[in-house]
Amino acid sequence: MAHDANAPSLTAAQVAHVARLAKLELAPEAVERFRPQLAAVLGHIARLDSLDLAGAEPMAHPFESHNRLADDVPVEGLPIEAILMNAPAVEGRFLAVPKVLAEES
Amino acid sequence: MPLPGGHADLTALRDAIASGATSAEQACAATFAGIKAHGAALNAFHETFEEDALARARAVDADRAAGKPLPPLAGVTLAVKDNICTVRGRTTCSSRMLGNYRSPFDATAVERLERAGAVVVGKTNLDEFAMGSSGEHCRWGRVANPWDTGRVPGGSSAGSAAAVAAGLCAAAIGSDTGGSIRQPAAFCGIVGLKPTYGRVSRWGLVAFGSSLDQIGPMTRSVRDAALLLDCMSGTDDRDSTVADRPPTALAATVERPLERLRVGMPRQYVSDANDPEVNEAVAACADAYRAMGATIVDVDLPLTDAGISTYYVIAPAEASSNLARYDGIRYGHRAAMRPGDDLAALYARSRAEGFGPEVQRRIMLGTYMLSSGYYDAFYTRALRARRRIKEEFDRAFAACDVLLGPTAPTPAFAFGANDDPLAMYMCDVYTVNTNIAGICGLSLPAGFAMRGGKALPVGVQLQANAFEEERLLRAARMLERAVAARTSAHAPAVHA
Repeated sequence: MAHDANAPSLTAAQVAHVARLAKLELAPEAVERFRPQLAAVLGHIARLDSLDLAGAEPMAHPFESHNRLADDVPVEGLPIEAILMNAPAVEGRFLAVPKVLAEES
Repeated sequence: MPLPGGHADLTALRDAIASGATSAEQACAATFAGIKAHGAALNAFHETFEEDALARARAVDADRAAGKPLPPLAGVTLAVKDNICTVRGRTTCSSRMLGNYRSPFDATAVERLERAGAVVVGKTNLDEFAMGSSGEHCRWGRVANPWDTGRVPGGSSAGSAAAVAAGLCAAAIGSDTGGSIRQPAAFCGIVGLKPTYGRVSRWGLVAFGSSLDQIGPMTRSVRDAALLLDCMSGTDDRDSTVADRPPTALAATVERPLERLRVGMPRQYVSDANDPEVNEAVAACADAYRAMGATIVDVDLPLTDAGISTYYVIAPAEASSNLARYDGIRYGHRAAMRPGDDLAALYARSRAEGFGPEVQRRIMLGTYMLSSGYYDAFYTRALRARRRIKEEFDRAFAACDVLLGPTAPTPAFAFGANDDPLAMYMCDVYTVNTNIAGICGLSLPAGFAMRGGKALPVGVQLQANAFEEERLLRAARMLERAVAARTSAHAPAVHA
């Protein structure tokens, strides 16, 4: 699969698709600007294909950490005012967001 | 060049305050005089806290006058990279996304350093969300290098490095995901320490690559780095990835040279791709170690080059996940609504407006590599390479105590010289593997390169295995002393 990513073949449609997945609204010019840059980086990354990694277990974290449990003691959370102080839109004690459901016709 | 008042470093300033030779208020006022005189030329600070800092400094002086015991950092001035949360001021990550963000809590590292008496003077400029190696990708203007203001200070902890090098604070803290403390330290001629992963709590460090990020000191001397790490390390209930270990006690041993030291020199680290002065500095350091009785060991790290490929899978993958939280709903930039917008459109426009181009590039890289059909080919493969890189270091550290090599292939480059993203990523070739393997690394000044009639600092990197900071700092202190004649030949053009 990595060969598919091998540099020049990255299309504008692929970049636009990735931008949609990443929830970034990109104008066509931005897609065109990013396309060769992303392709160059992916081309470099494709060097990983030449490594012999047989038998190497994936290592997601520097130390093999396991679930670390805290003592089951309640602690004070942040007050609502502290949370809301950074919200872009607030109604009373709530975060205001645009309508999520379409209106019934 | 010393700090204002003639103090060589943070430790000297701390001692002068403790003995009454100077007052904390005087030192603090001198710091702000320096920031006012030179801050604009460097653009190192986003925000400063003069009144508050002076009040804290006066409180230290009052404690001393009352005969109270002073904590280890009492009255010293400290700058904090602006991706580390402070209740005081804003925490912007140099991003429009968090332009007005006020943290409701202090990072554990900040809380501990303040408890130890440090006076936080301000928040420093950085490449947006710590993504960059030059200090050019900043929402409110780039940072300049105090040695030559036409050149970059390195990144991403650009403002912290420039501020320390210019004497605008006694020390600073930064964060290092792939070299963001060490590379700007090298470019600005200061000491930068990336501690072992898990040494310092990440609570309050705005997440970029959660398995790579560490907070660390940026200082004028190796002993200062030891002292700051002692004051901020140790376990923390609020970070489940911090090591369950007590704080370090490095200041007590840092002056003691190591006997029978074995210094490994990876043959891949001295390359024709490096500038000649960089290779020359590494060779001079090897000679200095030999003269001190150390054994130089030839080391083979064939995966050095694979580090960049591995890093630019893992770091963007983690970044794309971490930065998914910025949706314009709970905090951060929210775009103006347009007729017909649904929630998805609001997310996508808020993120496109809020993030700068480098952050968008990395989010897209990560999203692509984690997307269906590509995950194994990129992400799993990079995690396998990560295992091999870690094993390679383990083998190396069986034969030597520390590794010696360059911090970066070149000294500070001119603004705009690495506009191509991939070229910029290659600046980190000697630093990323430290983060990939989770070990510790330190950059210290080792010489100069002359460019256009100006002296630019050249740094070398020492690396040691996980949790071997004592060995790393003692070896670094030996070298710092041995190359002092090489590193004191020039002074920054901009200095308080």
